[in-house]
Amino acid sequence: MRSISRERRRQAVWGYAFLAPALALFALIVVYPLLYALWLGFYDWPVFGEKTFVGLGNYARMLSSPLFRKSLVNTVYWTCCVVPATVVISLAVALLLEAKFLKGRGLFRTTYFIPVVTSMVGAAFAWKWLFEPTFGVINWLLGLVGIRGPGWLAGTTWALPAMMAVGVWKQVGFAMVILLAGLQTIPKELKEAATVDGASPGQQFFRVILPLLNPTVVLVLVMLVINAFRVFTIPYVMSAGGFTWATPGGPLDSTRVLVLHIYDMAFSKFQVGYASATAFVLLAIIMVVTIIQIKLVQRPFEY
Amino acid sequence: MRPDVSCGMTVKAPARAGLPHLKGRPLAPLQLLIYIVLLAGAVWTLLPLAWMVSASLKPLSEVMRIPPTWIPLQPTLDNFRQVFVQFPFGRYLLNSVIVAAVVVASVLLTSSLAGYSLAKFNVPGRTFIFFLLLSSLMVPFQTRMIPLYRMAVAFRLIDTRLGVMFPWLIDAFGIFLMRQFIATIPTELIEAARIDGASEPFIFVRIILPLTKQALSALAIFTLTANWEEFLWPLIVSTSAASRTLPVGLQSFAEQYGTNIHWQMAGSVVAVAPLIIAFLVLQRQFVEGIAMTGLKG
Repeated sequence: MRSISRERRRQAVWGYAFLAPALALFALIVVYPLLYALWLGFYDWPVFGEKTFVGLGNYARMLSSPLFRKSLVNTVYWTCCVVPATVVISLAVALLLEAKFLKGRGLFRTTYFIPVVTSMVGAAFAWKWLFEPTFGVINWLLGLVGIRGPGWLAGTTWALPAMMAVGVWKQVGFAMVILLAGLQTIPKELKEAATVDGASPGQQFFRVILPLLNPTVVLVLVMLVINAFRVFTIPYVMSAGGFTWATPGGPLDSTRVLVLHIYDMAFSKFQVGYASATAFVLLAIIMVVTIIQIKLVQRPFEY
Repeated sequence: MRPDVSCGMTVKAPARAGLPHLKGRPLAPLQLLIYIVLLAGAVWTLLPLAWMVSASLKPLSEVMRIPPTWIPLQPTLDNFRQVFVQFPFGRYLLNSVIVAAVVVASVLLTSSLAGYSLAKFNVPGRTFIFFLLLSSLMVPFQTRMIPLYRMAVAFRLIDTRLGVMFPWLIDAFGIFLMRQFIATIPTELIEAARIDGASEPFIFVRIILPLTKQALSALAIFTLTANWEEFLWPLIVSTSAASRTLPVGLQSFAEQYGTNIHWQMAGSVVAVAPLIIAFLVLQRQFVEGIAMTGLKG
């Protein structure tokens, strides 16, 4: 008995010793900042001057703030375009790469994966010049087929869609890899059986492949939605600087997304309390999306 | 080098069941269409990189030429010389490498230690700890960044490399990943070593670590890829070349010399090339590492 309890104590001591570095850092850079942010969200804290407790005042202020609403609308717009486009394109690529006759499959996969490992800021600058209205390659290409391209990043209508194209470019390879892994789990016999039974390729896809791939698609969707709500680098880099020094999120806040709004409020306008409250709204959105995912995936799934 | 990113999901030529496709025949229209679509996608994927590399090798006047000259007419390496001599891109590169190396090392060490503990030790409260770590995966960095900035100010970490790296020194996802992986190692192996009188640190270093190489390399690649392009945090905490990493170095260059596209593209090549080259060499490991984020969330 004694030796068992001693062994247990010894295990607990070593267990905690191994956990200690991670837990100490976790408390310092995750738990404490999170609680601090929650607390800050209840205060009005201007650059110069004392902080005052405002309760839910910051959250109420958000509801009536046109800038917050604008950034939320832009983020939702981004999400509603980038996420479906990425899923459809990556699913199409994954399925086409499975085609039996295809040669150079590995080379295609490598190519489509490259954006995932391409540092976004460098790529965003290249894209920015590709979208340049007068000497940019994209308008030159459009010109070849007789289309006069828009001013892209220079105008309020096309700036965000141009950036969305970059968002899709960055993420297709990542979604493709996960979908390909999902496709490999579908038993070949099922597809073959469907073909023998006379199913057309369309029926095969919608009746056999898609239902079986469903958990993977949900997973990819959720990750893309979370990424979409956290988007920052692409709009920031592609809207700031350039020939005319422009403010990030421009022109005219047409590319101001939620994180850019938080960043601007905290580090340019120095409204720390208000920015923290806005960051908590972001947290709430991501929690809701994650919980929906857990609910969807937990549904028992049978072949 | 084998251009295969199958991540263990090898595509064997299966027994042909669909429409018969005969060898030697010209491609059916549908097959041709598939090739065209895939090629168009590949061109779109490589377009910015091709333009970036091309622009980095030619003078500014040629960069703005229409139609673009993909192969430079007047090839030059002068842009790279400028970027390293006249501008502190060497310093940015060094900062990026140091920050990434320390972050990866710290994440690997803390994750494997904590994962081992949670998987194999009877620690009181481990369910609660595990639950806490898992729920923290939902918290976006953006929610913590304002307090982290205030901490950086308080600890005098603004514009230091330690300031750039400290929010990333652990990763709850890494702990989760290592726990799941180490849980599959038979406990008898550890107990046998204990009976033989091996110390606990010895067991960790000599038994656990060698058996988790695969997970460690995936975690290293995943962490490196994320850290190499981290932009938001260094944008907040770095204010000079002393601590700027490549992404924010590029941004600050653009704000001052934004019209010098040729130099900017040379800097961009410096920023993107290391990871792309690493990927081309270690394709399978990269795809596995990134695909493992499929477990995340």
